Amino acid sequence: MSIALLAGPPAVQGIERYADHQRRLGALPPATELIGSIERSALRGKGGAAFPVATKWRSVASQRAGTPVVLANGGEGEPLSRKDRMLMEQRPHLVIDGALLAANAVGANDIVLYVGADHAGAIQTMQRAVSERPGTERARLRLVSAPVRYVSGEETAAVHFVNAGIALPTSIPPRPYERGVDGRPTLVQNVETLAHVALIARFGDEWYRSLGVAGASGTTLVTVGGAVPQTVLIEIHQGMTLADAVNVAGGITSDSDAVLLGGYFGGWIQSGAAWGLSLDADPLHRLGHSLGCGVVAVLPSGRCGVIETARILAYLAHESARQCGPCTFGLRAISAAAGRIAGLTSTPGDLERVQRWSGLLAGRGACHHPDGAAGLLASALHVFSGEFTLHDDQRRCSIVNTQAVA
Amino acid sequence: MMSDRVMLGIDRIKCDGHGVCADLVPELIELDDWGYPIIRSGAIPQSVLPHARRAVSGCPTLALRIQSLATRR
Repeated sequence: MSIALLAGPPAVQGIERYADHQRRLGALPPATELIGSIERSALRGKGGAAFPVATKWRSVASQRAGTPVVLANGGEGEPLSRKDRMLMEQRPHLVIDGALLAANAVGANDIVLYVGADHAGAIQTMQRAVSERPGTERARLRLVSAPVRYVSGEETAAVHFVNAGIALPTSIPPRPYERGVDGRPTLVQNVETLAHVALIARFGDEWYRSLGVAGASGTTLVTVGGAVPQTVLIEIHQGMTLADAVNVAGGITSDSDAVLLGGYFGGWIQSGAAWGLSLDADPLHRLGHSLGCGVVAVLPSGRCGVIETARILAYLAHESARQCGPCTFGLRAISAAAGRIAGLTSTPGDLERVQRWSGLLAGRGACHHPDGAAGLLASALHVFSGEFTLHDDQRRCSIVNTQAVA
Repeated sequence: MMSDRVMLGIDRIKCDGHGVCADLVPELIELDDWGYPIIRSGAIPQSVLPHARRAVSGCPTLALRIQSLATRR
C-alpha cells in the first residue's frame, strides 16, 4: 500500500523526513500563477464535497475583510476512512508544502493544521515535520488537535473549535471563506487536497491531468474495506473503475451484493452496477453517486445490508451535534425505527415512516449531517428494498440466521 | 432588495420548533413530525409576503428571515 500521491521521483519508504522530501522534490516552488494552474488541473476537494479547488481559493483571495487564514483539515471523522491520517503519517511535508502554497496563493499568513486527536501517529509526525521546517515557516504553522467526533471535521465546526474550543457546526452565512478563524476569511482545505497541490505546483497541471484515465485528471486516495483481504489505503489514477480499485486492494474475498461508496455520507450501490463505475467526481455525480472522502466498502456475503444500514444510522444519530431539530429528533427517530426493522422487532408502520422520513431531512440542518444520513438511507431503501420488506413484513432476515439481532 | 424575489430562510440552530411560523404563514410552512418547519422552496408570492413578514417578526427565537432568492440558505 504505497502512497504515490506522492508521484514524481520515488519516495522513501515509511515516514519521509524533511531532508529526504527536499532531496526528492526540491524546494517549495513559488505560488505565483498557482491558482490558474490548479484550475487547469481540475483538482477537486478530497474532503467529500469535491468542490473545485481553484474556485474556493479565489473566493478566499477576493475577500476584503482581513488577512486570510488557511486551515488544513485532517480531522478525518469518517469511520471507514484512513487516507488523511496515513497521508499525514507518511508524507507530512507534502501536506505542509500544500498548506504553505495555499497560504501564499490566497495571501494568508497563518496556517492551522487541524488533526484528529485520535490520529496519534499523524499528530506525532506532523509535529515533528513542523519542527523540521525553517523558522520562518514554523512561525506560520499551528497544530491543533480536533476532538474525536464525526462532525469535528465539518468546516464550520473546525473553525468554531479553533476560535472558541467548540467543535460544533455554526449557522451559515457566514461561511468560513467569508468569516472564519479570528473572523478572517478562511480557506478550509482537506489535507490530501493540499498534498496534491504541492505536486501540481512542482510538476504542472498538464502533468497532473496526464495521471488520470478515461477523461479524468490526477490521482486520488481511496480506503478500500469490507470483503477484501484487509482494509487498505490505495492511490488510484482518477477515472479507474471501482472494480480496478477493489482489485488493487487484493480483490474480493466473498460474493457481494452491494458496495458502500463514499462512506457513511455516501450511498449503497448494487454490486452489478457498481463494479464498472468510473471513480471520478463528475461521472459519479451524473449517476447520483459520490466518492465522498474516498471510501469503498464491499458488503461481505454474510452481512445484511439492512442491519449494516441501521448500524450506520445509529452511529450518525448518536454523532448528531444536536443543535438542529430535524437532525436531533428526525435522525433519532429514523435510527430507532431502522433499528427495529433490522432487529426484526418492527412495529406497524415503521417501514412506511422510515421511507417518508428519508425524504424529509435533506437541507434541514445548519450543516449537511442530516443530508448525509438521508442519502445513505435512501440508497439502502432502494438497494435493499426486498430485504427491508422481508424484515418488516415477515420478521425474517435472509442473510443473518438469527432472531432479534440489532 | 425590495424588488428582488425573496424567500424564507431559517437559522436551524436557533429554531426551537415553537411552530408559530406555520400558524402565521401556512402557505409557506408546514411542520414535520417533530414540530420543525419545512419551508416551501421558491420565491414568496407577493400576496403572501405580509404574512411571511409577520412570521419573521413573530418567531420567538428570531430564527426566521426573508432573504434574496439568490442567497442560498
